[in-house]
Amino acid sequence: MKAPLSWIKDYIDLDGIGIEELANLLTNVGLEVESVQLVGVEKPAGILKNKYFGLPWDKEKFVVAEVVEVNQHPNADRLTLCELNDGTGITTVLTGAPNMVPYLGKGRLDQPLKVAYAREGAMLYDGHQPGQVVTKLKKTTIRGVESRSMICSEKELGISEEHEGIIELDADAPVGMPLVDYMGDVVYEVAILPNMARDASILGIARELSAVTGRPLRLPQGIALEDGGEITEKVGLEVRDTELNPRFMLGMVEGTQARKSPYWVQRRLSLAGMRPIDALVDATNYTMLEIGEPLHAFDYDLLRERAGGKPTIITRTACEGEKITLLDGSEPQLDTQMELVTDGVGPLSIAGVMGGGETGVHGETRNLLIESANWNFINLRKTLSKTRINSEAAYRFSRDVHPALAETALSLCLKRVQEWGGGEVVRGVLDDYGKPYEDTVNRLSAENIAEVLGQEISLEESTQILERLGFTCWMEGGELVAKSPSTRTDIETGIIGQRNLIEEIARVYGYERIAGKRLSDELPPQVGNPDLEAEERIRDIMVSIGLQDTLAYRQTSPEREARLFIGRKAPQGLTYVRLKNPITPERTVMRRSAMATMLELLEYNTKFRPGLALFELGPVFLPVADEVLPHEALRLSIGLTGAWDVASWDRPQSKAMDFFDLKGVVEALLDGLHLEGVKFQSTAHPSFHPGKCAEVRVGEEILGVMGELHPQVKKNYAFGQDPVLVAEFDGEMLVRLSSEVFINRAISGYPAMVEDIALIVDESVPAEDLEALIWQAGGKLLVDVKLFDVYRDARLGEGKKSLAYQLTYQAFDRTLNDKDSLNIRNRIVKQTKNTFGAVLRSQ
Amino acid sequence: MLEIEEKLQAELTRGIEALQTVVTVESLEAWKQDFLGKSSLVMQTYGSMGKLAKEERPIVGKAVNQLKVGLEAALAEKEEGIKTASQQETFTKETLDVTLPGRKPRRGRIHPLHLTLRQIYQIFADMGFQIYRSPEVETDDYNFTFLNIPPYHPARDMWDTFYTDKEGVVLRTHTSPGQVRVMRERAPQNIRVILPGTTMRYEQLTARSEIEFIQVELLVVGKGITFADMRGTLNDFARRTFGENARTRLRPSFFPFTEPSAEMDVQCFVCGGEGCGVCKGTGWLEILGCGMVHPTVLRYGGYDPGVYSGFAAGMGIDRSTLMRYHIDDIRHFRNNDIRFLEQF
Repeated sequence: MKAPLSWIKDYIDLDGIGIEELANLLTNVGLEVESVQLVGVEKPAGILKNKYFGLPWDKEKFVVAEVVEVNQHPNADRLTLCELNDGTGITTVLTGAPNMVPYLGKGRLDQPLKVAYAREGAMLYDGHQPGQVVTKLKKTTIRGVESRSMICSEKELGISEEHEGIIELDADAPVGMPLVDYMGDVVYEVAILPNMARDASILGIARELSAVTGRPLRLPQGIALEDGGEITEKVGLEVRDTELNPRFMLGMVEGTQARKSPYWVQRRLSLAGMRPIDALVDATNYTMLEIGEPLHAFDYDLLRERAGGKPTIITRTACEGEKITLLDGSEPQLDTQMELVTDGVGPLSIAGVMGGGETGVHGETRNLLIESANWNFINLRKTLSKTRINSEAAYRFSRDVHPALAETALSLCLKRVQEWGGGEVVRGVLDDYGKPYEDTVNRLSAENIAEVLGQEISLEESTQILERLGFTCWMEGGELVAKSPSTRTDIETGIIGQRNLIEEIARVYGYERIAGKRLSDELPPQVGNPDLEAEERIRDIMVSIGLQDTLAYRQTSPEREARLFIGRKAPQGLTYVRLKNPITPERTVMRRSAMATMLELLEYNTKFRPGLALFELGPVFLPVADEVLPHEALRLSIGLTGAWDVASWDRPQSKAMDFFDLKGVVEALLDGLHLEGVKFQSTAHPSFHPGKCAEVRVGEEILGVMGELHPQVKKNYAFGQDPVLVAEFDGEMLVRLSSEVFINRAISGYPAMVEDIALIVDESVPAEDLEALIWQAGGKLLVDVKLFDVYRDARLGEGKKSLAYQLTYQAFDRTLNDKDSLNIRNRIVKQTKNTFGAVLRSQ
Repeated sequence: MLEIEEKLQAELTRGIEALQTVVTVESLEAWKQDFLGKSSLVMQTYGSMGKLAKEERPIVGKAVNQLKVGLEAALAEKEEGIKTASQQETFTKETLDVTLPGRKPRRGRIHPLHLTLRQIYQIFADMGFQIYRSPEVETDDYNFTFLNIPPYHPARDMWDTFYTDKEGVVLRTHTSPGQVRVMRERAPQNIRVILPGTTMRYEQLTARSEIEFIQVELLVVGKGITFADMRGTLNDFARRTFGENARTRLRPSFFPFTEPSAEMDVQCFVCGGEGCGVCKGTGWLEILGCGMVHPTVLRYGGYDPGVYSGFAAGMGIDRSTLMRYHIDDIRHFRNNDIRFLEQF
């Protein structure tokens, strides 16, 4: 909502309150000032908390002037030369404004035209450039005529984008007066909170200022309305559903002219962000901005013509298949939920949203019918959610307007139509107020206030605040009773109504005056969050290994995830959480695969670094049959590619990582989490190289899969030569199986014996199984087994491999001797021979 | 004094003099031959001791011992000198340009938003807050209705919502659904929790706005919880986050699930309130929204609003992390550009 200061001042005296101070008052009362536009006024000094823009009008350079005669430019058809009096004398000013053309050749004007005049050197907005580009007014010569100064349009002054014509000021503008003194202004753009929709009006804003400053509010006065009267002969009214249309009023003015409004009206509308049209339309818009009740004006004669006699306005819901063309030319689809304003012939407007093009006012309108109504805001919101129409009226009605405002608005609007557009108000109004609104009444004690705020505010002070906000207050049994004003519908009853009042009191009293305290209630039962703690432990371990933590978008597309499969063909039947309104075709579903995310992260980053080591811990979203919500399954994904070592100036890049680098990372993680009974088993998975893929098991449970990306899957991504290694694990299982508590092994004080042993076995013997047997055979004196070589050679025999281990023996109670080591060694050799047919390789 | 004694004394002088000219290991070896070798006077004298008269032997013996000790002491000193010199030479040869870059180990880093989260966890843990998490895909009821935002309520306009193809299921637009979930789980216990997590809103993706972002909300429910408690708690949070002298201000705002509602600003930590690019010249930074839990929300959570009260506050951590590190584009957080992440 844009609120010009000059307009606010119609309703409240703000003398002595600075521009910045006023902005802060508004913000502090809940009307956050988003920007302050300075229209000709100097920017205030000091540290400013608000955003300002706009241009000051130098008092010497911008003045009110009058055009006394308009003549043709000698060499250009479209240009005129205006004889202008700026208070110091007559000068000739060149202009191309079309609104000067009608005065051409009229000689001395009987009624001089008051204009905004800028002298040479004035800083103003360039009228010929889009947006606001500041330029200095310089002497030029246009088609042989020298031009030093100009008559301004609204654009050059920053009032609106209007550049076609120059401003025609009101006739009483004093010639020679600095322009800023005559019409300088400040426009506060305030954000209207949903519960303060009543303040989407200048009067609403003035009321808040009245509450916060304690200065009295001056209410505008319209004409007196009387029910019935002459108007009943002109038009009929029928409201079919008072739930949807609690109130509908009609008033009428005859013999108006669709002429221009006074300039001060046009200027206020422009500054408030609405385009002035003519006196009739302006009167409805002005009243809407003033008090917050949207109005609609019909051309009465068109209605009469349609009806072929006395028209009857009927409000009802749309019929099946009904159509309407709106003012903006659009033809929204109507349905039977939507409330319409119609006549006997058909729809005239979508109630509270926008009028039809056929019966609206136009340049020739003489007789005007004004609708001032109230609509059910919930039903209206349903209409808006389907038609997606934005209008100032819909904005206000969809936030609920008090039905009493219909009456105030009509009385003000009729007065303005008559003042600005001429004509006579037809006696009487039609008023169908089928569902009178009952203003709420709430009781409040001083304890109620202190209990919520933790601070005492006396009932006297509370009463004053509420009264300034328009409440009617009285005391009853030591309690404050407050009746809500007939301008707002947001105050409920009961405990919520009390809370509503306390908020009103607190925000006007000032949040800043409520001192902070430290929580002093009893602490709740202490529960930890072991899952989160375990997740953070996983992050710490991964980072300590050297991997980079990442954070993934949840949204992706099935096509992106299909890249995980050869030929981008995902298996049938993958179900997704699908978005109804995706923001882009690349993000239409919630992801199912953390591995797909990881591959994208690797792909994106390969061009930046020769080696990548990333991990991500986050949810995937798996729809569950018969469940409303998906399973948000935690996943840990790991991605490696390129060299692990970071190249330095004297050492070349080491070779690209392979399966065992990934396995090392995984082992380090599982070791860090103290998982017991981890097994790696060769497995098949559509995304992985068939020979370089392992399933990781913990006991009987499958933790996840890891391996080197299948070469044909790799082709779906922009990867280079290096293998791409990925793993995806069940994060919840990791969290569940990980243990913060584990048994720390003692360290022996006796020396260890180390010896090497190489065993030749069949290729088919898994290294893991052989090692497990070595451990078993070695007994308690065997404390470490380290594989240090895997060797294959024809001399070993076809299908054979040699695995070399470094064995460490150690006791806790003595120094071992050769006999001990021989015993252990013999046991190992014997048992591995029996089980796997292992042969000790001769040294 | 015997002639031989004089000779031996002179030999010491000669030896020490000769040693002065020795600079290399080779010439030192030659010197050793000359003065302490087989044919040296010392050794000759020892060898011929038997031929001396009995009474001369102790005298000559003492003298030759003195000579030997003297020469050896001189030699030891010299050897030390030569060794130091040659080591010095090696050191010179081995001298590095210490300004050359070190070899970088691979280093992992915690994602910046996770860093911020951890800091917030810590601060609130110190104040006795527990961490509660709830689903990212939510029912319309939890995301809106239970939070006092019934269907078609004007407040629904405050969130641009992603809807799923399942009726009544949305991507949560805030972490607030967790308020009702935690209340339903714990009623009638006192509650002091923070609710962290990813939230999603239908917005244009630009340098300043994201469709996915992380929020942290706090919720306190108990008997006698007031607006003043809220202010005190949030002030403590601001001081822990932005420094001991951090100044805050509260101004009225609106959230359907709190009443009264407020917005908290903290004085810009970059310029100290003077106005700068980070605070867009205003001297203040918006950091969180807060308010007293709405009676309707308490009721949905299973608490009698006539007995219990509470406050809630919520903040977006993406934005505060942007400000903290002067990050120019909010999308960096989820694009995971390694050049961005490596800086943390």
